[in-house]
Amino acid sequence: MVLVLSLLSVTAVASEDNELIQTLAPELLSKSKPKRLMAIDEIAASSAPRKALWLQAMIDGDLYQLKKTDEIVLATRQGNTYSLTKASDGTGLDSVKKRALRKIKIDNAMRSYLRSLIGTLALQSDDTEERFQAVYSLLGKVDSDAVEPIRKLKSQEKSERVHEAMGLLISIHDLENGTAEQQADAFEFVSGRLDNDVLNSLRRLSETSADKQVVAQAVMLLDEAESRKRWYTYIETLFFGVSLGSVLVVAAIGLAITFGVMGVINMAHGELIMLGAYTTYFIQQLMPSAIDYSLILAVPAAFIVSGSVGVLIERTVIRHLYGRKLETLLATFGISLLLQQAVRTFISPQNVAVINPSWMTGSWVVNPALSLTLNRLVIIAFCLFVFAVLLFVLTRTRFGLQTRAVAQNRQMARAMGIRSARVDAMTFGLGSGVAGIAGVALSQLGNVGPNLGQSYIIDSFIVVVFGGVGSLWGTLVAGMSLGIGNKLLEPWAGAVLAKILLLVFIILFIQKRPSGLFPQRGRAVES
Amino acid sequence: MPTYPLIDRLLLIALVLLTITVPILNLGVNADHALYIETYNVTLLGKYLCFALLALSVDLVWGYLGILSLGHGAFFALGGYAMGMYLVRQIGDRGVYGNPDLPDFMVFLNWQEAPWFWTGMEHFPVALTAIVLAPGLLAFVFGWFAFRSRVNGVYLSIITQAMTFALMLAFFRNEMGFGGNNGLTDFKDIWGFSLQSNETRNALFVASGVALLLGYFICQKIVRSRAGLVAQAIRDAESRTRFIGFNVENYKLWFFTFSAILAGIAGALYVPQAGIINPSQMAPLGSIEVVVWVALGGRGSLYGPIIGALLVNYAKSWFTAAFPEYWLFALGALFVISTLYLPNGVMGLFNRKAA
Amino acid sequence: MNVSAQRGLLRRDKVFGFLTPAVGQQLDTTHSTLLYMENVSVSFDGFKAIDNLNFYVDKGELRCLIGANGAGKTTMMDIITGKTKPDTGSVIFGKNVDLLDLNEAEIAIAGIGRKFQKPTVFENLTVFANLELAMADFKSVWWTLHSKLNSAQVDQIEHIASTIGLLDMLNKQAGYLSHGQKQWLEIGMLLMQRPLLLLIDEPVAGMTHQEMEKTGELLQSLSGDHTIVVVEHDMEFVRSIAARVTVLNQGTVLAEGSMADIQNNDDVRRVYLGE
Repeated sequence: MVLVLSLLSVTAVASEDNELIQTLAPELLSKSKPKRLMAIDEIAASSAPRKALWLQAMIDGDLYQLKKTDEIVLATRQGNTYSLTKASDGTGLDSVKKRALRKIKIDNAMRSYLRSLIGTLALQSDDTEERFQAVYSLLGKVDSDAVEPIRKLKSQEKSERVHEAMGLLISIHDLENGTAEQQADAFEFVSGRLDNDVLNSLRRLSETSADKQVVAQAVMLLDEAESRKRWYTYIETLFFGVSLGSVLVVAAIGLAITFGVMGVINMAHGELIMLGAYTTYFIQQLMPSAIDYSLILAVPAAFIVSGSVGVLIERTVIRHLYGRKLETLLATFGISLLLQQAVRTFISPQNVAVINPSWMTGSWVVNPALSLTLNRLVIIAFCLFVFAVLLFVLTRTRFGLQTRAVAQNRQMARAMGIRSARVDAMTFGLGSGVAGIAGVALSQLGNVGPNLGQSYIIDSFIVVVFGGVGSLWGTLVAGMSLGIGNKLLEPWAGAVLAKILLLVFIILFIQKRPSGLFPQRGRAVES
Repeated sequence: MPTYPLIDRLLLIALVLLTITVPILNLGVNADHALYIETYNVTLLGKYLCFALLALSVDLVWGYLGILSLGHGAFFALGGYAMGMYLVRQIGDRGVYGNPDLPDFMVFLNWQEAPWFWTGMEHFPVALTAIVLAPGLLAFVFGWFAFRSRVNGVYLSIITQAMTFALMLAFFRNEMGFGGNNGLTDFKDIWGFSLQSNETRNALFVASGVALLLGYFICQKIVRSRAGLVAQAIRDAESRTRFIGFNVENYKLWFFTFSAILAGIAGALYVPQAGIINPSQMAPLGSIEVVVWVALGGRGSLYGPIIGALLVNYAKSWFTAAFPEYWLFALGALFVISTLYLPNGVMGLFNRKAA
Repeated sequence: MNVSAQRGLLRRDKVFGFLTPAVGQQLDTTHSTLLYMENVSVSFDGFKAIDNLNFYVDKGELRCLIGANGAGKTTMMDIITGKTKPDTGSVIFGKNVDLLDLNEAEIAIAGIGRKFQKPTVFENLTVFANLELAMADFKSVWWTLHSKLNSAQVDQIEHIASTIGLLDMLNKQAGYLSHGQKQWLEIGMLLMQRPLLLLIDEPVAGMTHQEMEKTGELLQSLSGDHTIVVVEHDMEFVRSIAARVTVLNQGTVLAEGSMADIQNNDDVRRVYLGE
């Protein structure tokens, strides 16, 4: 629609030309399809400023004839009635019921024909992006009549992008329908390209062409393209795997601290993630006009919210249960139920809508066979960032040193003057806060609702246990391998079965190596 | 943890009385009489008894052997599915599609024949074997691997949970041949008796009561034998038990397998009373809930989990009727309180007074 | 441990414990040496806890094992009882039982008993039950499910209970015993096991002087019938039981001989006194 409207503003000439639509009414409403097609061609060839609007309305099924006056109108449905504007000049008319209208009928073949017509119209737009899109939408769809004007347009084209696209369009045409010379040029042009339309065209050529040399050339290009495409598919699978892995790592890394370093089984970890996601939602509610910046604010906010809840949990419950892991598991599971129900009762049992900021939507098109979605790229970067920060905090700061000291030998650490209770609370707060940050990231990928946490808790535990309790690197490697493994299995096993297979694999793996990929070793652990 | 013979005996008497009087008060008393028990409540009580048996099975391995299984919901469900398959076969050509050879959901999926594991499930003895074998085998194979490699404590809990989760995902798939999402339902009759009739419902209640009593007796026999002592020894000092010559893995394996079979039988009795079995029965939450019944009642005694299961489930029925919003709050609080303040459960309170 | 786990999968007797023959009965002790440890090494993460150790114990001997912390005493016990598998070397019991093929339970059944440094008894069970479990009897699941104590066994339990001075406490939970009583109970459990070889880790730690004396007497009276290896820090106690002494240092044997020999050994003096 945007495209059509901007076209209108360009061509504001002879308004009497707009009466054309009224003149063609009998043909448009005729039962014979050829007659209707001829009318459409006539509209397209005319100089009527509103012609693109009509063609679009026809595609959308919004073009009608008012039975009473035989006027052609644009109608949009509003409840039971249709509000009308005159097709010729856009003046408003009274709303009517459906039966007062006669629809201009259209079928799928006509619809695609109409689309290509609109596309050709757009080729002359002043806007570079529109021209580019128009060329792209026409790839492989133009016949010899249509391609000639494009050749002309190409020679006048100033934008390199559009120029290139037009070249592609023409080459695809020439491959099959050009002169021998044009065909040779076309071969040169498309060599190394992976666009589907090019490949389809080459494939047809390889099957139908009588010229053996042409066939050989087409087959060669096809093979080359196929093998490159296969590579890109691998890269894409790897990318999906790494991004899923990043999600797993982000979700699990807080747990790697609370479970791995402190040995606390925190079943409410998932709900701390959920709180982070809800924090993102509320931040966005507070600043609806600045969604793009909301996430940057949400990260510290979620850290504080989930971190404080974590400290609260540690102070009130977990503190009393150190050394009783199974009891900790049950108590924190109870807390997870409380948090879930609290969200259901005080916020909403339904999912809430968290918006993606503009810098996370869309994708980075590497080439026609490979495009990487931005939100996944951001998640991967975010995961690595969080990991690096945590690694730094735990291995390079005084607080990290104290944490590890308390984890390894509480008595000794106390004797050295470390306030172990404080360190416990801080460490648990850190783990919980990181869970909150994970919530910010996960809010960008899926639904945010009371059940968000449950869907991640088992995965998170699996990642930590698989990686080896107490090892941040283990968590990273485990998350990534599970993510990639999952995506490698998915194509032939399906999503659910892939997940089941991985769970079974983990169960078997833990049997073989109970302490994970990166076990902590030494005498202290043995005893 | 000393046991209290008096509570033990009182509970047994109460269970026997319950099993006998409830059917009398339903079938033998006029509907307008003050003591009349509605059939709905008979079935509800029957389901509670199944839960109590499930709790007993969890307690046998957790309370006595120290293995916190978060997978007993799966064993319960497997027994339930075996029973459900038998019941589905009894529907015959009375299903929606009227196909005498195939259950409705298979007709719906355009299957030509039932998968191999449905073979013979129309015969009760075959179904009974499946009720015992399905959970028993799974537990045996799982335990074989887990105990042999000395996976212990929370790790074991987490992988039992992973097992349940994987099984649930698998049962959600239509291709598994267990009815996918919807599970098995629309049962008509059992052994030729209509499941809707009062008499059948009372019979199922009595069967649940008898199963619970039998389970209780067998568990009592086990925990009072020397093997029971060995189990407790393993719970308290596993490596010491090895050094006096006990093969800890074997004890764990057989206790775990037996406990899974008990859970499966509980599930099999539950399904005809509930009228449905579906994969959500295997949800990880379900298995953890059982653990809280046991924790609340008091593990390490056999009466504790039974009392816990009855209490919590009664509370659940009451809450979900009166304040549906607040049931999860109550359950969550129950988890926290029972672990923080009742390390030995409600029964532990008696314990403390006695000590 | 991985290797033994794999091996375990192929062994029917590990599943059906009741099929396991009682290894102890087959033990061939025709040679006078009861335990051979040869060229044994084990390392944790690059740290050599035991380094090419050679150690022999004769039948009926009372041997004391001394050495500084980290000398490898506990690790050595772990190896003999199957808790730790060595990287290299062989450990043979009697003439024909390769201990490296057996797990902890099988080693215990073969006739090796162990007392830990920290007394570990089953705190929630009665003293009687503690002794009953340790009793030399079939240990399979099936057997323990239905077997009842016969009067000879009850007598034996009571006899041992009186030896360790806990006859009055048979029905008391072991958790309520004092530290010294727990040590005694653990020794009593060892006696119930009727092992050929007793490994005793710091038996007198935390005992009063009187209890210590009594323990010394007990150990001495046991040697002869049983072979005993004692790990002890208390030199006074070691001297009082007047046994052969082995000194461990950095995972290997530094010296061996009578107490007097050891006290005059230059190496020992150098290591211990820095001379």
